[in-house]
Amino acid sequence: MTAVRAAQRKFERVNEIIEKHGRDQSSLVPILQEVQAEYRYLPEEILTYIATAMSLSVATVFGVATFYAQFSLEPKGKYVVRVCDGTACHVRQSMPVYEAVRSKLGLVDGKFTTPDLMFTVETVSCLGACGLAPVMTINDEVHGKMTPEAACIIIDTLLEREGEK
Amino acid sequence: MMSVQQMVTVDGLQVPIEGERNLLELIRKAGIDLPTFCYHSELSVYGACRMCVVEIEGRGVIASCTVEPQPGMVVRTNTEKLRAIRRTIIELLLANHDRDCTTCSKNGGCKLQDLARRFGVTRVRFGQSDEMRPLDESTPAIVRDPNKCILCGDCVRVCSEVQGVGILDFAYRGSYSMVTPAFGKNLADVDCVQCGQCASVCPTAAITIHSSTDDVWKAIHDPKKKVVAQVAPAVRVALGEEFGHAPGWAEPGKVVAALKRIGFDLVFDTSFTADLTVVEETAEFLERFASGSLERLPQFTSCCPAWVKYVEQYHPEYLGNLSSCKSPQQMFGSLARTYLSRELDIEPEDMYVVSVMPCTAKKFEATRKEFAPDGRPDVDAVMTTQELARMIREAGIEFDDLTVEAFDLPLGMATGAGMIFGNTGGVAEAVLRAASDILEPDKSAGVGNSKKLVFEAVRGAEGVKEATLTLGGHEVRLAVAHSLGAAAEVLERIKSGEASYDLIEVMACPGGCIGGAGQPNPSHLEVRKKRAKALYDVDTMQMLRKAHDNPFVKQLYDRFLGKPLGDASHGLLHTEYGTRRRIEGEDIKFSLEEVDGRVDVGVCVGTCCYLHGSYDLLRGLMDRVNEAGLDDKVNLHATFCFENCEHSPNIQVGGEIVSAVREEDIDRIFKEKILSRLQDQ
Repeated sequence: MTAVRAAQRKFERVNEIIEKHGRDQSSLVPILQEVQAEYRYLPEEILTYIATAMSLSVATVFGVATFYAQFSLEPKGKYVVRVCDGTACHVRQSMPVYEAVRSKLGLVDGKFTTPDLMFTVETVSCLGACGLAPVMTINDEVHGKMTPEAACIIIDTLLEREGEK
Repeated sequence: MMSVQQMVTVDGLQVPIEGERNLLELIRKAGIDLPTFCYHSELSVYGACRMCVVEIEGRGVIASCTVEPQPGMVVRTNTEKLRAIRRTIIELLLANHDRDCTTCSKNGGCKLQDLARRFGVTRVRFGQSDEMRPLDESTPAIVRDPNKCILCGDCVRVCSEVQGVGILDFAYRGSYSMVTPAFGKNLADVDCVQCGQCASVCPTAAITIHSSTDDVWKAIHDPKKKVVAQVAPAVRVALGEEFGHAPGWAEPGKVVAALKRIGFDLVFDTSFTADLTVVEETAEFLERFASGSLERLPQFTSCCPAWVKYVEQYHPEYLGNLSSCKSPQQMFGSLARTYLSRELDIEPEDMYVVSVMPCTAKKFEATRKEFAPDGRPDVDAVMTTQELARMIREAGIEFDDLTVEAFDLPLGMATGAGMIFGNTGGVAEAVLRAASDILEPDKSAGVGNSKKLVFEAVRGAEGVKEATLTLGGHEVRLAVAHSLGAAAEVLERIKSGEASYDLIEVMACPGGCIGGAGQPNPSHLEVRKKRAKALYDVDTMQMLRKAHDNPFVKQLYDRFLGKPLGDASHGLLHTEYGTRRRIEGEDIKFSLEEVDGRVDVGVCVGTCCYLHGSYDLLRGLMDRVNEAGLDDKVNLHATFCFENCEHSPNIQVGGEIVSAVREEDIDRIFKEKILSRLQDQ
């Protein structure tokens, strides 16, 4: 029952967000940003709805949503793990860290999110913390000087915490 | 006193500035064919392909399409640097391009191929991208091949700027960029009207027309089949362009002769059924006009299948205003299987009906279920002017050496009214010729009189033409629109109350059918003007220029149909259209798990319903359900279309659609439809 209310609430939020920003097409990006904050991604049906409400073509809304790396059309996990693969991190062995986290979470074949929607693992071009290379972030938390082993311990901690809930 | 002419120096030549919108136009005027992929005079300037780069003294290398000509500019179009840039651009485009040129449908007509040859690109220094993306062959009209796309965006701009539809747009970025319908769906799953203008502007084979020639050849080579052709008016003024003639060259007799040589048994004229359409549509219009019913006026023409689909998907509130007349193509189809087969003693099932059309949407129209009584389409295959040209070449026929032949009877004799159907304004003019005769009977005017024949107000290339005419003491207000963008403008004026009309003609393609996507390329304004003039010339040459003067139309009514709008006409020549879902996709669900025994309530939030306030209905229902604590008993969700848009907003409760719901109905619906269902369970 609460899940139903939460889903309804989210949808009402979409309308509030559109009302707040107005229907001018220049508001599309801020609207998508806020809607994504609500859903953690941009569901196809919600994008169609936004296009309808803003009198834009659905293809255009889809184009904008796929252009920016900040938007995701796939559901993201509760924890978004980003491993930096900028130059500094790359030369300090960020890829083994990335691979270790992926294999720890059983992500194979182009999958980036675990089936239970708990973890999403991605690379990112530069986090601007090159002095701490290689860097990994989990949501907004920054972990510097990572090794594959250290990264796995952090993931283990999160898994334990979730298991206790 | 002489005013000083303002000049630009182009490769040492002095070229006057005469209102050109950009430097590219000025350079081309000077006789230099600067290459472009993304420049179209009728679309906005995009400046993406960079092929039109020039060197401007003091400004360096710059794309000439994006620069306004200024007096004193010194421009070079052909330098070592520019040559290198152009070559590199072509090489880079080719590196991302599926280069199977010999088996490509655009082979010989491809701009990329042409420019690669012109600039002597004989090898590509970059690696070939080997990832092949799937083709979209979901519609009967258009084929999309993303592997051939060079991202010039011509299709994106024609679809949104000219047609106002915006089916295609760029998606993703960088090396992943592509042009696609929303969510990477196929064209059949979005609200594409299949006008084909995207294919018409595509410089490569990324968007092409679905070819029907193989099916037609197969029927021709089947000895059991009587293969019957109908040829649309616009085809005869454009086919010559495929064989080296200037636009506007018209020789209908050669078209007939070519079809006969290819192996068609009988060749008829769609202009005949255009005459018939005029008779039926005028009768329908006069009936609506006399009734004075505001709901039934304006009457919209319905000859253009892209326009009909557009109304179905974008403006279902006007479905009742569409003329119920089938298009000339489909009237021919119905008559071929009935009247013609009886008159010529051919079994309907042995007859294979082929249309030759300037149009891609006609391919879609022929597959509509409304036009396939008993499951078999009335029209078996539709091919475009371009496809006919290909068949002529394939058969090795020397087009220019053909001796002209006449159309076959009884469906091959047409008046001038049926001929001008191919031009924007042509249908309106043909109806006016008939209506003025009926409303203002003129005793002195015999057959072929020239009175009230030419209605200049509806001719010409303007996007929207308006006229008010007095016919038999009545004022008749007309609007004529070509391109769907122009049609949307007219609808907007009606809705805002700014204008009202009695009769509105819409053709989806610029210039009308003569600018259809199936016509030879290019099809820009200057070419279209010449084709239009040719059709008006053909009309002027006819002895008979009013549809109802056509003796074979009279014979058809005498022998078969009875009278206009009669029972036989109603069954064979008229139809009804309905709303269609715009985009295939999921509903917005408010719960994840499916539980049995819940009452399913869907509220449509598609365009029409949304604009009619469906969001407030959804919220109202949410509140009622929450207040009653029935979250686990009612599966409320927002959905996209019940295909009942003309009665929006719509709600569906357990399979039952409730239409035209207002906010004050929410309590009643909640009580009568939802609570009562729960009690029944």
